[in-house]
Amino acid sequence: MGLFGVGLMVLIGGGFLSLGLSKTPKTAAAVACFTAVGGSLLVLVGGLAVLCSGSPVEVRFAWHVPFGSCSFGLDPLSCVFVLPIAAVVAVAAVYGREYLEHSCRPSMIGVSWFFFNLLAATMLLVVAARNGLLFLVCWEAMSLASFFLVMSDYEREEVRRAGWIYLAATHLGTSLLLVLFLLLGRKSGSLDFDQFSSEPALAGTLFVLALVGFGTKAGFIPVHVWLPEAHPAAPSHVSAVMSGVMIKTGIYGLLRTLTFLGQPPAWWGWTLVGIGAASGILGILFALSQRDLKRLLAYSSVENIGIIALGLGTGLLGITHRVPAMAALGLLGALVHVLNHALFKGLLFLGAGAVQHGAATRELDRLGGLLKRMPVTGATFLVGACAVCGLPPLNGFLSELLIYLGVLAGVAEQRAAVSWAMLCVLVIGTLALVGGFAAVCFTKAFGAVFLGEPRSDASRHAHEVGPAMRYSLVTLAAACVLVALSAPLWPLVFRSAALTIVPATFRAETAAAAGRATVPLAAAAAAFLAFLAASGVLAAVRKRLLAGRRIDRGPTWDCGYAAPTARMQYTASSYTGPLVVLFRMFVRPRVDLRPPEGLFPIRGRYASQVPDLFREYFFGPVFAGIAWVASRLRWLQQGRIQLYVLYIALTVLVLLVWKLG
Amino acid sequence: MVAPSGLISLALALALAPMMPSIINRTKALFAGRHGQPWLQPYRELWKLLHKGAVYSHTTTPVFFTGPIVGCAAMLVGLLFVPLAGTHPLISFPGDFLLVAYLLGLARFFTVSAALDTGSSFEGMGASREVFFSALAEPALLLALATLAALSGQLSLADIFARIDAGVLASGAGPALLLAAAAMMVVFLAENARIPVDDPNTHLELTMIHEVMVLDHSGPDLAAIQYAACLKMWILGSLLVSVLLPVRSGWLLADLGAGILGLGLLAVATGVVESVMARLRLVRVPQFLIAASILSIVALVLVVR
Amino acid sequence: MSNWLDAVLVLLMLTSLWLLGSSRLQACIRAVALQGALLGLIPLLSKWPDISLRLGAVAVVSMVIKAVVLPALLRRAVREVNVRNEVEPLVGFTTSLLLGIALWGIATHIAGRLPVDVPGLSPLLVPVAIFTVLCGFLLIVSRNTAVMQVIGYLGLENGIYVFGWAFAIEEPLLVEMGVLLDVFVAVFVMGITIHHLSREFDSIETDELASLKD
Repeated sequence: MGLFGVGLMVLIGGGFLSLGLSKTPKTAAAVACFTAVGGSLLVLVGGLAVLCSGSPVEVRFAWHVPFGSCSFGLDPLSCVFVLPIAAVVAVAAVYGREYLEHSCRPSMIGVSWFFFNLLAATMLLVVAARNGLLFLVCWEAMSLASFFLVMSDYEREEVRRAGWIYLAATHLGTSLLLVLFLLLGRKSGSLDFDQFSSEPALAGTLFVLALVGFGTKAGFIPVHVWLPEAHPAAPSHVSAVMSGVMIKTGIYGLLRTLTFLGQPPAWWGWTLVGIGAASGILGILFALSQRDLKRLLAYSSVENIGIIALGLGTGLLGITHRVPAMAALGLLGALVHVLNHALFKGLLFLGAGAVQHGAATRELDRLGGLLKRMPVTGATFLVGACAVCGLPPLNGFLSELLIYLGVLAGVAEQRAAVSWAMLCVLVIGTLALVGGFAAVCFTKAFGAVFLGEPRSDASRHAHEVGPAMRYSLVTLAAACVLVALSAPLWPLVFRSAALTIVPATFRAETAAAAGRATVPLAAAAAAFLAFLAASGVLAAVRKRLLAGRRIDRGPTWDCGYAAPTARMQYTASSYTGPLVVLFRMFVRPRVDLRPPEGLFPIRGRYASQVPDLFREYFFGPVFAGIAWVASRLRWLQQGRIQLYVLYIALTVLVLLVWKLG
Repeated sequence: MVAPSGLISLALALALAPMMPSIINRTKALFAGRHGQPWLQPYRELWKLLHKGAVYSHTTTPVFFTGPIVGCAAMLVGLLFVPLAGTHPLISFPGDFLLVAYLLGLARFFTVSAALDTGSSFEGMGASREVFFSALAEPALLLALATLAALSGQLSLADIFARIDAGVLASGAGPALLLAAAAMMVVFLAENARIPVDDPNTHLELTMIHEVMVLDHSGPDLAAIQYAACLKMWILGSLLVSVLLPVRSGWLLADLGAGILGLGLLAVATGVVESVMARLRLVRVPQFLIAASILSIVALVLVVR
Repeated sequence: MSNWLDAVLVLLMLTSLWLLGSSRLQACIRAVALQGALLGLIPLLSKWPDISLRLGAVAVVSMVIKAVVLPALLRRAVREVNVRNEVEPLVGFTTSLLLGIALWGIATHIAGRLPVDVPGLSPLLVPVAIFTVLCGFLLIVSRNTAVMQVIGYLGLENGIYVFGWAFAIEEPLLVEMGVLLDVFVAVFVMGITIHHLSREFDSIETDELASLKD
């Protein structure tokens, strides 16, 4: 806890210092960057210590606010989230220093760094807070810090719109959390987490409140609408932090709430599995129909949150039906995926930032051939793309393997009811389908950006990014590989965290089952090594075979076309076209087609875009309705102070009469 | 779990995998009234390609020649876990079939990337279709394997197939097993670029799927691709044969012999399908694959209830 | 015999999915005929080996009607109006298939809740019955050509027939006879409608009936 506290102080102090130094942007950036890295590393060490020892620590300061108490604690569950937060923040800070130098006005650099450090510190405080009021304060500060970061580029109309959508979404979520905490603390009259308890009758309501409230931050479908707006608008290192770890605080909140609620009934698990399946499939479908690289990545975050929800749902069902292997593997899968997604999504967002930096656009249909010009960015992006598809030998495979095994263990152990078959279909079918679609999505992203010929002048003249950005990309890529190769460690490290969600009566069996999860993971890690060795040997054989032989270079075989141009390549949109058409039920592309007409056509036009299904057909109409109702009430607003006082007085009177009369 | 006896089946797989396309070709030739190519033609082609130089496009990057390497390595590693007709593979662990399925996915990812690397619109088209169709085939395969896992109560391929013997077939799981096998047959045809999903003999780049993606590869790279394709056929074929041929004598050689015979019959069956069926229209292929997933789901519901 | 009965029920289910996924009217008619033949097998298999004359007769009669007579009528209707494909259904074929799987989930869920427990009958019977009924509804709702809607009615009726077996072995025949009559009427009416429609409008899309509303 000591190291954690010092790290936090360094983070916050660095933030304020850089705000104070904003007259000298270079110094401000340097100070903020070093404090962010230093603070995060301290926090990381502190968190690891707690995670390895398994014993929670807590501190409490005096805070004279009604119902508030300034108590912080670190237990294994918090530390599972501290780990990725600290890691991604440290890497993003190194990256951001170079990134902001080129993309941010000097006068704003200090402010930007202030909010970045604040965001990092508040995320850590959120997972460490042990009092409802304190939690909400930190939660709000975190939301505001990220809001200001999203608005960095506030001159642009779409950025402002994205910011407002984000602000509205996050506040709607927070209002539900307020109700949740008040209900949880009602019995004991205190908002301290250790005093929280729920009446069995209320548990269902509380679960739904937590699901929607925290789900808004996490990005469950259908409350994901802010993600694809806000993440692309923010600077890339902030997107990496937001998409990689900030949305995970929603998962943390949900898990923490589950620890208060006791034995979960079956419908909680089913709800989570259903939400996971919907988020997974729709998230990746929306992702693969995008043309903006960062929007694509944001939707893919929705998909990955879906995978986490699938794991959680499986785990909860395992607890409900008392199948230890299922509970342990499902929860472990979800938690390991939290770490994995933070690493590879951080990597991909940083890669997207590098692309934008190097080629000045994120439009997939204007990029291409960047691997030759940006080899490091390209190679690391490839690692991230493979990891996000859950492919061996990278970390994404581990968490998906755990979730698959959890469901299969449950089904193999007790196959009694049809509902188990449906569970199996939902989880395995979703994971398989999502894996296939993710391969479509990320071969498209990687292929369109890095392979083939450049489709525009900007990408023809792209340049590799500077050393700091390159190093941070390589660090995260290496982390993905390392996590994969140290696979058998993770069930042991994350076991105690998973157990906090399991009711005490069921903990021993679950712990034993979690221990057994090392067997498949160790075998998987061995297979990874075998694969790497086989690839190495084959590469050596190929080199040996080709040594001294004739190797020719020529143009690509273009099937007899006389003068192909780079624009005749298969574009990103055409690549996923057939899939989008098959699923037009959900994806609903809006096409603007003016075909060339007549014998001597001059020019035609084809434009397509894919608006968000839920924003377009659900939230849009709902909010338009609210706006309409609100506009009907405009006559109340006359701009006279007397009238407003009258309203207040009338309200007080009505309340008094209602309460006392 | 490591079983040294798995080395024998591994060696057999490495040696005999190119025979499967050969058998398919001979069957098709028989139907067409031709003499057909020599039995060992695939080996000769591999040998010839391994002794050639290579041609690379100006457009390509190292991803282009990494594709075949990764594809071949993934299949080699996958073979370590795949049992043939009840014999023990070299390594088995709970969930190994997921690893095998995802290794196939890895190979596909890199094959597709290598195709996109050429910048050719035809290869892009082939890549697009390949990922599209295999994304739909993936649930069918995994759900069929999950059916087998649920049926046997085991999570590793070796244990699953050790439990699925003639007794299981007779005990009422017959319909479910057949449905799962049907789904796996569809996946086998789709993943190995066979009619009715893809036509390996077509001459128009526009209509190819798998072939068009490897148009630009040459020399040892092409050899790696072709050999990996043979191994892939062997892997998926072994899974299918292990379901359909529940012969478990307990003698390694007898079981292996039966398995290899089964693979030969599967190749003949594939040749027959290729000879008597037409290729589906491209817009119908997704339905065909979704139908396979549905067969798997029905099988799963039959087993778990 | 429960093994064979299960196999028949599974086939029944697959034919329903086939109906959902196929665009060709001929194929759908073939599927619904197969469904009828399978339905005839159900009473025989579930009572095997003690089959009364009456049971056998009813089974054979229903098989003849469902698998031979009705499909023949439908085929004639198709020939007369000269349509071969359901061209633009309200819900696409792939989506119909996916919806079918969802319906299968719903059917199994409802079947688990229903207090139907006839000892000695396959646990698949009720879910398959409900599923067949739901598929029939889906077909009626989502297809435009009148022939496809008739096929949907037939599927629906087949489902009810299976459902009858879950409650009792003898009684459903009563219900069944009534329903069969209904269907006969339906087929005739639809046949006439189709005939007239195609004469008046050169098309059998029920959408165009909407233009009569004014």
